Amino acid sequence: MSYRCRHGMKYVGIPNEIPLKAPAMNFVASTTDGTQCGLPKHLKGLEAQSIEIMREVVAEFRRPVMLYSIGKDSSVMLHLALKAFHPAKLPFPLLHVDTTWKFHEMIAFRDETARRLGIELLVYINQDGLGRGISPITSGSTIHTQVMKTEALKQALDLYGFDAAFGGARRDEEKSRAKERIFSFRSRGHVWDPRNQRPELWNLYNTRVGPGETVRVFPLSNWTELDVWHYIHLESIPVVPLYFAKHRPVVGRGASWIMVDDERLTLNADEQPESRQVRFRTLGCYPLTGAIDSSATTLEDIISEMRSTRLSERQGRLIDSDESASMERKKREGYF
Amino acid sequence: MDSREFPVEAQSKDLLRFLTCGSVDDGKSTLIGRLLHDSKLIFEDQLSSLAAESKRHGTTGDDIDLALLTDGLEAEREQGITIDVAHRFFSTPRRSFIVADTPGHEQYTRNMATGASTADLAILLIDARKGVLPQTRRHSLICSLLGIRHVVLAVNKIDLISYQSDIFVRIVDEYRTFAGELGFSSIAPIPISARHGDNVTKVSDNTPWFRGPSLLDYIETIDVSSDTIESPFRFPVQWVNRPHLDFRGYAGTVASGTINAGDPIAVANSGRLSRVKELLTAEGAQTSAQAGDAITITLADELDIARGDLLISPDSPPEVSDQFAAHVIWMSDQQLMPGRSYLARIGTRTTPVTVTGIKYKIDVNTREHLAARTLGLNDIAFCNLSTDTPVAFDPYGQNRKTGSFVVIDRLTNHTLGAGMIAFGLRRATNVHWQATLIGRSERAAQKHQKPAIIWFTGLSGAGKSTIANIVERRLHAGGHHTMMLDGDNLRHGLSRDLGFTEADRVENIRRAGEAAKLLVDAGLIVLCSFISPYRAERDMVRRLVSDGEFMEVFVDTPLDECARRDPKGLYAKAKAGKIKNFTGFDAPYEPPTTPEIHLQTIGQQPEELADQIVKKLAALGIVFI
Repeated sequence: MSYRCRHGMKYVGIPNEIPLKAPAMNFVASTTDGTQCGLPKHLKGLEAQSIEIMREVVAEFRRPVMLYSIGKDSSVMLHLALKAFHPAKLPFPLLHVDTTWKFHEMIAFRDETARRLGIELLVYINQDGLGRGISPITSGSTIHTQVMKTEALKQALDLYGFDAAFGGARRDEEKSRAKERIFSFRSRGHVWDPRNQRPELWNLYNTRVGPGETVRVFPLSNWTELDVWHYIHLESIPVVPLYFAKHRPVVGRGASWIMVDDERLTLNADEQPESRQVRFRTLGCYPLTGAIDSSATTLEDIISEMRSTRLSERQGRLIDSDESASMERKKREGYF
Repeated sequence: MDSREFPVEAQSKDLLRFLTCGSVDDGKSTLIGRLLHDSKLIFEDQLSSLAAESKRHGTTGDDIDLALLTDGLEAEREQGITIDVAHRFFSTPRRSFIVADTPGHEQYTRNMATGASTADLAILLIDARKGVLPQTRRHSLICSLLGIRHVVLAVNKIDLISYQSDIFVRIVDEYRTFAGELGFSSIAPIPISARHGDNVTKVSDNTPWFRGPSLLDYIETIDVSSDTIESPFRFPVQWVNRPHLDFRGYAGTVASGTINAGDPIAVANSGRLSRVKELLTAEGAQTSAQAGDAITITLADELDIARGDLLISPDSPPEVSDQFAAHVIWMSDQQLMPGRSYLARIGTRTTPVTVTGIKYKIDVNTREHLAARTLGLNDIAFCNLSTDTPVAFDPYGQNRKTGSFVVIDRLTNHTLGAGMIAFGLRRATNVHWQATLIGRSERAAQKHQKPAIIWFTGLSGAGKSTIANIVERRLHAGGHHTMMLDGDNLRHGLSRDLGFTEADRVENIRRAGEAAKLLVDAGLIVLCSFISPYRAERDMVRRLVSDGEFMEVFVDTPLDECARRDPKGLYAKAKAGKIKNFTGFDAPYEPPTTPEIHLQTIGQQPEELADQIVKKLAALGIVFI
C-alpha cells in the first residue's frame, strides 16, 4: 500500500509529545525525484487556488485573521495556510468565537493544535451575552446564534481592527453560500449585500476597502465535502475525534441524536441517555448538533459512507433548518 | 484493505469548469438541477425542502421546480429569476465539475461575464420554441471575448416542439452561421429537455434522429486542455516571503509554462536576469513547476523584485508598455469616462489607468461597430488605454492570466469593468521621455519661489475667478512669478472642441491639469479657476504634481446665492431650459471633502477671502509676503 495515511487508527490522532521547536507541519513527504505524491489533479488544483487566495490577502490587507471553528474545514484551511507561507510562520492569528457550548473534545483539540503548531490563538466570548444568560437551551437556537456567534464575531473583529477574515465556508454547503464571492465585501457594520456584489473575474480579486469596511475571504469556496475528506486523508491532517464513530451517550430529539456532552443539557422527563455508535458530520454547539448512526471509524469508512449517503451535510444542523432563507438572512447580518 | 475498495480517486481525475448561459427562461437553472438530480447528487433533505419551496415559489405546477436548487437568494426565489452567478459542484468517476449558473437577464450581464471568466466550456441554452435570441448572441460574444473555445448548444424544451428534428436543425444552422466568426473551436448541438431529462444524462428514445452523446457524456469526455503548460513561462509575484535575513522567496502561482530549478529567469519590467535557485513548496524543493502550481521561487542573485512584478522566461518576453488596446466590458451604472483616472489590476500589479479613447462600441446583435463617447452598464467596446507605469502583458488570446485586467473606481473601490488586452500600442514604445538638463527645481530657484497649483473649485458664479484674480495681483506685486488658467478662457482655445457633458468635462480638466503641470515645471505658481465638479478629476490633477504642490481652494457659495448673483446670466438660462448639463441644476457637483482651504463666501468681501489665501500660502512656505 503506497498511501501514507495511518491505516487502522480510529482517527488521525494528535501526537502526545512534540517539542515546540519541531517542524510545525506534518506534510506529505516528497518522493525522491522531488515531485509531490498523492494528490489527484483536481485536488492539487483546489489546493493551489486556496493558497493563491491566502497569499493575496496577506499581500494586500493590513490586519488579516483566520476564523478557526475547529471543524474539518478549519483543519484543512489551517493546513493550507501553513503551506502557503512556508517557510515563514503563519502571518496572522487564529480567532475562535467561543459560544461556551462547543463539545469538550473540540476545545481540547483547539488548544492542542495551537500548542503543537505554536500559533497565536485568540478566543473571544461575548461576555455581555454570557452575562444575560443566553444559551441554546433557554434562548433557542436563533437568539443564541445571533448573540453568541454573529454579534460576538462582529465584536471581535471590531475589537482587534481586523480588515480581512478568512472563513472555511464552502459553496456546496448551502445555496446562499453558492452565490457568494471568494472575496466577499462587507460595508461598515459587517453587512453583506447579496444583490450588489462586486463582479469577481479571473483571479483578479478586488481587495480594496475603505475605512471601516472589511472583507470575508473564503479560500475553500470551490471545495466539496468529499474533497475535504479526501484531502484530510491524503495529507494526514488531524481532525477532532468526534467525526469518527464511537459509542456516545445520546438522546433522540426529532430526527437527530443529541449528545449529552455535559450536565448542562436539560433532559425531559421521558428522556434517558442511551449509548449508541454515532458520529458527527459537522461540529458546532453540542445541543444544536445532531449525530448520525454510523460505524465509520476510519477516514476510509467516512469517505465510503459519504459516497452512499442520501442526506446533506447540514441536515444535522438544527440552526439552519428553520427555513431555507435563514442562512442568507444571518449572513446579511454578519454571520459567517 | 484491498486496493480496489480504497476510496481514493484516480490520479488522473481532472476538473472541468463550465457555465450555463442563454436568455432568461431558457432553463439554465433547471438544467443544472436536472444534472445534479439525475446524477444522484441532490440529497433527500434538500429534495424535501425543495418540494416545499416549489409549492410556494415554483413555476412548474405540481412538479418539483429544479431551478430553485440554484436560485439561492431570497430575491431570486421570489421573482423566479437568476440574479447572480451560483457555483455548483458535482462529480462523476471521470471528472469533477464546477458549474457557474449565470443570469439570463440583460441587466445582470456582468454576472454572466464573471462566470465566463474562469470557464473552459459554455453550455448555451436555446428555447426550441424561440430560437436564437439577442441574449443568445450577446452571451456568445461575451464567451468568445472571454476566451471560451468550446460551446455546447443545448436546444432545450425539445418536448414542447414534439421532438421535431427539422426545428432543431434550423436553429443549429442559424447559430452556426452567426457564430462563424467567434472563433470557437467546437460547437456541439444537443437537443434536450431539462425538465424531463431527455438527452441530459442518457440518450432519449424520444429523439431517435439524434445519435448522441448525451450532454453529461459529452462534458465528461471532451478535451478542453489548452496549451498553458507549453506557453512561455509567466509568474506574477504575489508576495515576497522574507521570514529572516537569509531567505528571500517570491511566492505566487505559475500563470503559464513550465520552470525548472536552474533555469534562467528575467524580471519583465526591468529586464534584469538571474537563475532559479530553488522551487520551493511546503513539501520541499521541487525539480520543476508548471502552470497552476502555487510555489515560492528563490533566485541566485539579489534583484529588486516586489509584488506586481512578472517573472518570465528570458527567451520569450511579454510586451511591456504603458499603452495598449483592449476589449472592455463595462459593469457599472457609473459611466466610463475617457480621460478619468481609474485603477487597473493587471496580474498582481495595481496601477492608475485611463481610457484614452473609445475606438468603437460593439452592437452585440449585429457585431456592428458604433461610435461612442462613453460606456454604460453592460456595454462592450474596443478601447485604447494608458497606464501610469509600464505593465507587462500578453495578448488575452494567448494568455488569459497575463492578458486580463479589471477596472476599479479610485473613490468607491467598486469593480467597474473588465478588460482583455488585444495588443500594445506602438506609440508607447516609440515615444520616449527626453531628459532635460535644467529641472523644475533649478527653474523655480531662479525665481526664488516654490512652484504650486492653486486650484479654485466651486459652482458657477461662486466667485472663483474674482478671488483668484485678486490673489494673483497680490502675488505679482510681491515679486512672484504666476500664471492664471481660467475655465472660461481655456474653452476659447485649448478646449474649444469640448462641450459640457460629463465626458467632456473630464477631458477639459485633464487638459487643464496637464497644462498646469507644465507651468509648475516652469517654476511658476499657477492659479486655476475651474468649476471642476468631479472629485475624481481634481484628485487626478493633484496626483500630477508632487506632494504639497497642489492647494485645493473650495469656494463655497450655496446654489441659491450663486443663482441670485448670476454674473453671466447662466442660471436664468438654465432655469429656462436653454442650457443643458448645468452644474447644480441637471449636472452634479461633488464638493471637496478635505480641501486645503475652505472659503465660505457669504457675508465676506473678495479682498478678505483673498487675504486668507495669501496668509495660508505664506504659512505653507509657498510665498513670502
